Amino acid sequence: MSGAVDPPAQQLIEGPADEPRPSAARRFFSAWLVRRLAKAVLTVFLVSTLTFFLVRLLPGNPVDTYIQTQIAQTGISYDDAAAQAKNLFSLDPDEPLILQYVQYMANLLQGDFGTSLLSPGTTVAQVIQTYLPWTLFSVGIAQILSFVIGIVAGMIMAYRRESWIDHLLTSVGSLLHAIPNYIVAILIVVFLGVKLQVFNLTEARGSYTPGVEPSFSLYFLNDILYHATLPILAYLLTTVGSWALVMKSSTVETLGEDYVTVARARGLTDGRIRAGYVGRNAVLPLFSQLAVSLGFVVGGSIFVEKIFGYQGIGYSLYNAVSGRDYPVLQGIFLVVTISVVVANLLADVLYSRLDPRIRVGGKAKG
Amino acid sequence: MATETVTSGAVAAIGTTGVSRFAGILSALRRSPAGFIGFLIVAFLVLVTAIGPFFTPTVEPNVKEILLPLGSPGHLLGTDNEGKDVLIQMIDGGRSVIFIGFLAAAISTALAIVLGSLAAYLGGWVDSAVVTAADVVLTVPQIVLLAVLGALFKLDSPFLLAVLVGGLSWPVLTRAVRSQVLSLKEREFVEAARLLDLGTARVVFVEILPNMASFILMNFMIGVTNAIYSLVGLYLLGLAPLTGSNWGIMLNRAWIAGAIFNDASLGFILSPVVAIVLLLLGLVMMTRSLEEILNPRLRDR
Repeated sequence: MSGAVDPPAQQLIEGPADEPRPSAARRFFSAWLVRRLAKAVLTVFLVSTLTFFLVRLLPGNPVDTYIQTQIAQTGISYDDAAAQAKNLFSLDPDEPLILQYVQYMANLLQGDFGTSLLSPGTTVAQVIQTYLPWTLFSVGIAQILSFVIGIVAGMIMAYRRESWIDHLLTSVGSLLHAIPNYIVAILIVVFLGVKLQVFNLTEARGSYTPGVEPSFSLYFLNDILYHATLPILAYLLTTVGSWALVMKSSTVETLGEDYVTVARARGLTDGRIRAGYVGRNAVLPLFSQLAVSLGFVVGGSIFVEKIFGYQGIGYSLYNAVSGRDYPVLQGIFLVVTISVVVANLLADVLYSRLDPRIRVGGKAKG
Repeated sequence: MATETVTSGAVAAIGTTGVSRFAGILSALRRSPAGFIGFLIVAFLVLVTAIGPFFTPTVEPNVKEILLPLGSPGHLLGTDNEGKDVLIQMIDGGRSVIFIGFLAAAISTALAIVLGSLAAYLGGWVDSAVVTAADVVLTVPQIVLLAVLGALFKLDSPFLLAVLVGGLSWPVLTRAVRSQVLSLKEREFVEAARLLDLGTARVVFVEILPNMASFILMNFMIGVTNAIYSLVGLYLLGLAPLTGSNWGIMLNRAWIAGAIFNDASLGFILSPVVAIVLLLLGLVMMTRSLEEILNPRLRDR
């Protein structure tokens, strides 16, 4: 931003107290990055603490509940029940809370989330390792497809406003945007699966065909894509509409900007204006929504994966919730949250690269 | 559609008094076919589900009438797996979903406008605090947290559900409002207002916010849409208490009973699906035309 704005204007924008050193743009960005990283760490810390409070402190918390049911059901002593709980939850209910908290945090740092209640002997970390990659795989593919298709469709709508293609795409986009992912999943099952028999639902369950060896072969890739097709379709259908509509609005707004008029007046080619002036600026606000949307879609996997029987993190989360498997619940909650934190961090760094105004804002807030 | 009428509608909509703004929105809605249809759909569903339940008989399980198909005599939408009439359940079951959806959206929108605009305009520690809080709440996937909370506690009060859903969904709009204000506050008219020393509240709420009215309104509707999404999802998974009956609980029962794999129970599964889709679609259609009408910049070119 150095040299882009003359000093008096800069003072108006920033306020006199925060006058940036114009030569320090590079140094400033790295400081911004450090601050952003610190915020990500803080977020993870706060969410872990919140989880500890939920699991350990609130009345009716799972640790106490577990000890009570063990004593009531098996007649073991409190000490034995507490010892079992200590194993399962990776925290000792007899220690002072602050020590439990420190222990809990230390365990988290080592990736120790405790042991599953439902499948004894399986650590929560193992559960997550087994299921999370499938969700990242299917959600990731769907997000990329959806973002690209949405942007292209949105720009077409904005450029061909009031034409039949705009009306058609807008209606389709609104419809898709309006329908929740579980409804789309149910409709896919009812119509594509049961009514029309296009897709064999039983065969497509799971994240790959049992007996097929995971490997880097084309055959295995084909198999996992086959199993991921329906979830990807559901994610794609439910997100592409909103990308397209947001991109349309954003493009229409951008088309009205003075710099676009100036670019036209200068006689630049339509293609150059579309890509370099309109597209680049119109897509900016969408980047900040990418990570948010990712969290939303990963959250939605609890519905989609359950309905299709796709064995990803949402599927195991549902099982943990309905089976009251608290250690797994807590572990998945934390890992999903951390994934979203990382995604947000990447999106913010990308966004700040693309839109220097945000970095200026970051500087002003100190 | 004549440009003049649209512009006058938009001007009325950005009027200063609440009454003229509301009237402006209504008259503008009438001029946009899609928006008007959306408005009619939402109004119809709200009216039927608000007033209808006073006139419907109590539904009783009836083993002799299990899974009657669509259009059966006396059971227009068929019956469910317990022999209960689907149409009556549809009429009785919309109220809580719609009410919680709007309440949750109102809570989150109010929070978002105040927090987002003040954060961007004031900057400093206020901004840091709001952004950090938003980041923390935002990064927690709402459905996952609601599911965890549903596993830990009984979410049995509609108000509690609305507060939870609304209290978790402010960050998206807050961040959006903040980034809008961040760029708006660098425009000349805001500079002018600040130089006139009009006071923070006036600059933010009178000078800056009306420029994003369409944006906020759109996001309120999106808030309703999202709240209904979360809510029905919770019911579908059986994480909110399944007492009474509403569209989400019907979906849950249809799903548990395996109705999605059974051709005979099409009416049972599709009725709540269609109602929810219609409600959300109506909201989205309203939103979109309001957006175009309230923001002349979207129409001009």
